[in-house]
Amino acid sequence: MTKHESQPIVRMQKLNKHFGSLHVLKNIDLEVVPGEVVVIIGASGSGKSTLIRCINGLEEFQDGHIVVDGHSLVPHGKSAKALQRIRTEVGMVFQQFNLFPHLSVRDNITLAPLKVRGLERAQATQSAERLLDRVGIRDQADKYPSQLSGGQQQRVALARALAMEPRLMLFDEPTSALDPEMIGEVLDAMRELAREGMTMIIVTHEMGFAREVADRVIYIHQGEIAEEAPPERIFDDPQDERTRGFLARVLKH
Amino acid sequence: MEVTFQFDWAAAFGSIPHLLPGIPWTLLISFGGLAIGFVIGIVFGLMRISPSRWLRLPAILYIEVFRGTPILVQVLFIFYGLPQLLGGPINALTAGIAAIAVNSGAYISEVVRGGVQSIERGQREASLSLGLSRTQAFRYVIWPQAFRRMIPPLGNQGIISIKDTSLFSVIGVGELVRQGQIYIATTFTALEVYLMVALLYLAITWSLSLLLRQLERRGLAGQ
Repeated sequence: MTKHESQPIVRMQKLNKHFGSLHVLKNIDLEVVPGEVVVIIGASGSGKSTLIRCINGLEEFQDGHIVVDGHSLVPHGKSAKALQRIRTEVGMVFQQFNLFPHLSVRDNITLAPLKVRGLERAQATQSAERLLDRVGIRDQADKYPSQLSGGQQQRVALARALAMEPRLMLFDEPTSALDPEMIGEVLDAMRELAREGMTMIIVTHEMGFAREVADRVIYIHQGEIAEEAPPERIFDDPQDERTRGFLARVLKH
Repeated sequence: MEVTFQFDWAAAFGSIPHLLPGIPWTLLISFGGLAIGFVIGIVFGLMRISPSRWLRLPAILYIEVFRGTPILVQVLFIFYGLPQLLGGPINALTAGIAAIAVNSGAYISEVVRGGVQSIERGQREASLSLGLSRTQAFRYVIWPQAFRRMIPPLGNQGIISIKDTSLFSVIGVGELVRQGQIYIATTFTALEVYLMVALLYLAITWSLSLLLRQLERRGLAGQ
């Protein structure tokens, strides 16, 4: 399964981020190679969401360096051109879905391909239908987001991100806002995507899912990478005291 | 002493033909002023939330000045004051439209600001994450949603501005109240005529309310 031969698609070096006096990310070094599925776990407020939001520039950082698919991000958000390129190649799925409520499902999906990629409408629409089919929601294209269940909305959000044909997908707690009975359908769609070889960085609290799809699990503790290992190692034989403590708390339930 | 008063229906209805010529003036001043005020509102409302303080400060100044002074003073200033600066008279219609424009513009700036700021941060983040530029995110995602939320407060401002035009009788522009005053001067039927004037304002503002309700209902489809 693991393909660690190729050049990394993401390389973070000595990344530091502060929110005022709070040091949220401390000297993060991280490499992700194409095809790899990396799951980031950690307590709320540990900085795991902030970490992936740095990759597509939704958060600025103060110190360090990130290279995403050959485009270089520098501190303080001073890399507008690179950022634009990165964002067209990196898709993101958010905890709160963030679908556009004023647009139909179809228009949610085709907006960026039409405006950013400059696709023809017919082509964009066709590709949207295909994506909806792929995430298992045929025949919903004319509906508006508010007419769909949470699980369906999140799958539309996934289709919307995939419509830009990203080389890397970021997932920021994609199932945390969902009712329990809808978590499965979103995880299934993500599992399918992983099987197809998409490079994915996933922040999640779903430990079973992490164990199943991850090539590598990263445990973040108070802004630091405390431990990083294949899922079997992290879950069955964690080396770091802090990882053990965290897993004991979350796996108890 | 016995006071008897007979409401003179004939006088009331008889006044209507004399009042009607005021309506086009009232509508022209209100909607002309509001149209310009809307453009001002968009520009200053967006300046008001700009990250640049050099855009923000003039917007704050404009909004505070024109929201914080009476519209009657504003129109008197424009009609009687400005000519001294410009060296020539300003006609009453222009002064009326200008007063509504700068006054409603200040309030509409705040409506625009509130509307745009009410859109969840996630909408912008999702747009940017898809590769849309900040301008595209605003144009295709933020603004359409913000505009829908702005319809009720814009309707409010429209109704307020329509009523504000009644003050412009003081500069002699021939709007509704002015027509009423002229008619009363010859007939001395103030009660009947002002009642009719009031009803005509109500007819205009109520129509606008109905129109806006329609617009809102259509706009809300898909929310």
